[in-house]
Amino acid sequence: MTGAALTLGLHGVNGEEMKILKGDTAADLGVELNAWISIDTTGKVTIMNHRAEMGQGAYQTVPQMIAEELEVDLDKVDIVFGIGNEKKYGNQITGGSSTVRSAYKHLLRMGASAREMLIEAAAKKWNVARESCYAENGNVIHKSSNKKFHYGELVEAASKLQPPADIVLKKTEDYKILRKPVPRQDTPLKTNGSAIFGLDKKLPGMLYAVIERNPRFIGKVKSFDDTATRKMPGVKHVFTVKVNVFSSTREGVAVVADSYWNALQGRKTLKVEWDDTGFEHHSTEQLYAAMNESLKSKEGISYRTKGNVTAALSKATKKVEAVYETPYESHSCMEPLNCVADVKADSAEIWGPIQAPGWIQDDLEKVLGIPKDKIIVNMTFLGGGFGRKAFFDYTQEAAFISKEIKGPVQVIWTREDDTLLGPFRPGMVYKCSGGLNEGGRISGYKFTMAGQNMDHQWPGASKDSYNGSTTEGFLESYFDSIPHFSFSDLPLDSPIPVMWWRSVYSSTNGFAYESFMDELAAAAGKDPLEFRRQHLGEERYHLLINKLEEVSGWKNRKKNEGLPAEASTKEGVPTEASAKVGVPAEASAKVGYGVAITECFSSIVGEVVKVSKKPDGKVKIDKVWAVMDCGWYVNPDIIKAQVEGSIIMALGAATKHATHFKDGKAVEKNFDTYKMIRINETPEIEVHVMDNDEKAGGVGEPGLPPFTPALTNAIFDLTGKRIRTLPFNLEEV
Amino acid sequence: MASIKLKINDKSYNVDVDPKMPLLWAIRDVVGLTGTKYGCGIAQCGACTVHLEGSPVRSCSIPVTAANNKNITTIEGLSTDNSHPVQQAWIQEQVPQCGYCQSGQIMAATALLKKNPNPTDKDIDAAMQGHICRCGTYPRIRKAIKTASQLMSQKASAK
Repeated sequence: MTGAALTLGLHGVNGEEMKILKGDTAADLGVELNAWISIDTTGKVTIMNHRAEMGQGAYQTVPQMIAEELEVDLDKVDIVFGIGNEKKYGNQITGGSSTVRSAYKHLLRMGASAREMLIEAAAKKWNVARESCYAENGNVIHKSSNKKFHYGELVEAASKLQPPADIVLKKTEDYKILRKPVPRQDTPLKTNGSAIFGLDKKLPGMLYAVIERNPRFIGKVKSFDDTATRKMPGVKHVFTVKVNVFSSTREGVAVVADSYWNALQGRKTLKVEWDDTGFEHHSTEQLYAAMNESLKSKEGISYRTKGNVTAALSKATKKVEAVYETPYESHSCMEPLNCVADVKADSAEIWGPIQAPGWIQDDLEKVLGIPKDKIIVNMTFLGGGFGRKAFFDYTQEAAFISKEIKGPVQVIWTREDDTLLGPFRPGMVYKCSGGLNEGGRISGYKFTMAGQNMDHQWPGASKDSYNGSTTEGFLESYFDSIPHFSFSDLPLDSPIPVMWWRSVYSSTNGFAYESFMDELAAAAGKDPLEFRRQHLGEERYHLLINKLEEVSGWKNRKKNEGLPAEASTKEGVPTEASAKVGVPAEASAKVGYGVAITECFSSIVGEVVKVSKKPDGKVKIDKVWAVMDCGWYVNPDIIKAQVEGSIIMALGAATKHATHFKDGKAVEKNFDTYKMIRINETPEIEVHVMDNDEKAGGVGEPGLPPFTPALTNAIFDLTGKRIRTLPFNLEEV
Repeated sequence: MASIKLKINDKSYNVDVDPKMPLLWAIRDVVGLTGTKYGCGIAQCGACTVHLEGSPVRSCSIPVTAANNKNITTIEGLSTDNSHPVQQAWIQEQVPQCGYCQSGQIMAATALLKKNPNPTDKDIDAAMQGHICRCGTYPRIRKAIKTASQLMSQKASAK
């Protein structure tokens, strides 16, 4: 990366301060450089993207940031996926909605550094003042003479300069492509079938493997009979495969054949006896009974507390209590799990839909005994990730099989394998107690969460450590306004593997937090949006609420339906005000509005849902309004798409699907029983993005948590019925 | 094994496969056209949709023998340069997120527009509800089908 090209990258990972270094400087220093930008003598710009593209738009947002400061046309930039290399890129896990928020300042500075070096090179060539030149569209231009160099003509001279020490970044108002709805560069690849997903990866001589795995997630193969299997066409190998699933082991029998189809036919003829002694065969009923029981009898591991919540609750004018239940869920990415591995004696290469390449390197170093730097992990496009593809059992399987057969192999999970085996989103039960003072403000708040702690699964984890994510989803400002509170968790011990599921704990916490906030508002006799506003001190929250109020027509929400505002009734029962204007209760009960606001991954999202009754009396969703405040942002259209998608995913988990367990096995196998939201069930969604320069927050996940409580709060507004257990059938409300 | 003649995107392929093999795997693994995707294997998600003699079918659930000597169109046959109006509309409305289901969605939308050049929301719901998108691109799919309908009528009137 030296010579006639300008290469700039970041150096310094895992907590060290990031430095911008040139390619040749890094080589001289003997350090690994993360080659983010490289400009060659033809002016072609190549930008490395270190994060996985799983639908959330990282393929676009990383280059969009660099191109803005570099002053190049995004269409002329080649985007290359970085391979897994933690030494180079630092933490590469695409999760926690972190791609933009963890790196944006460094990326902007790097683009700007390259631009400044090119300008300086041009100024020297023309022998003019640096200030008399500027960069635009891949050229450096001398203002007074209009003389022009394209970047390619400058890279050699620029590569001899040092990156400037002080960089002034562009002002927000000067952005040309940032904060603009620039079309995604990966879209055209996804409309003509040319995007290569993990499942599309093929190597010469590659065999295909399917595995019959222990259906109870972990456990061993007692014995198997492959007499028939070995006679099946195309079948080459049959053997036991052993992989780590967190602290446990899962065994299965691999059938390796010359095609996926033949491997699958071979698997059907296998006879396997399983040995799953040593762990309980849980059922959904047992799991929820255990969580509910622990909430009744135990206090939980205390997390965040203030004041004396017990005293505050006993002194409260009004006390509210509620228990909420949320289900286990499958990630069900449209691309089932798969991985290609080619393991040699002293090196290995992996290709697949992968969220956490660094973890895979660590894992395979241990499993294969090959040093990390000899393990190349290639991230293809991901057909969905949602957290599932950050776990690495499927990659370990592929490596295990490739090592065994001494050749390249692709492991493919069937849809059934993918739906049945997890890891799942953990089911949760929440107990909330709240007290109100005479003025209708929250005087005490007690929250206990019961459910599996994902961190407790890892080898060596302390099983009595508290869950730091207990408050995820709760608005930070509430901690200031509520005088007495306590948050704690009661970890559930279960062999069922669990993993991050889009927005992680917030995906279920948000339902409890914001349903309960609504119950408190109702007990206080206050408008639910106004009640929240009264408990939020910081201006940022007020601006979001004002926007939400404005776009959803909140204040006139009943008037908009041809009724006066005063006509708003509660549960179809006339209030004093509605009786006064003489509107029949049933008329104003034809529409319901609900609101919820949550905060996670450094972004705040408020959503309003409007529901109404169909002629047959059933509830339908008329519209959803969302306001996202993710601070400094890159691409408003990608944000809108992410919020739309988050809402639809939440709607599925709220009203359509859940994973149940019976005799230690998951019940739902495929989309006929694990039912997805479809186009005809999708409501109209309107998304707004707040415009500010706060620290950049996440985009891929924070739109999900507020939807479900906004929906159930709207149903309460319409029908007076509180929904506290998910999923529920919208047809049966 | 059966000797099958597949006519995919106006090109003929003679393949020798298990007659029970679904058309999907013949297209993907034998012929090597990977734009058509595997999603569920039981005709529930639509990711594998291709046109068989012009009509949309779930290639995961029909045996390869049923396609012998018939005309098949896959996403690659719509156009490789994204010039087809449905592909254009998909780009204009920025439909795909992960993109995995979109080949099937586009094939279904193309078949719908051929039969019904001006679909209503209800028509779109009816034609597209067999297709799952886990990313939740449905609002944009709806928009894109209407945009494609306009692009097609503009193209027709320009002729």
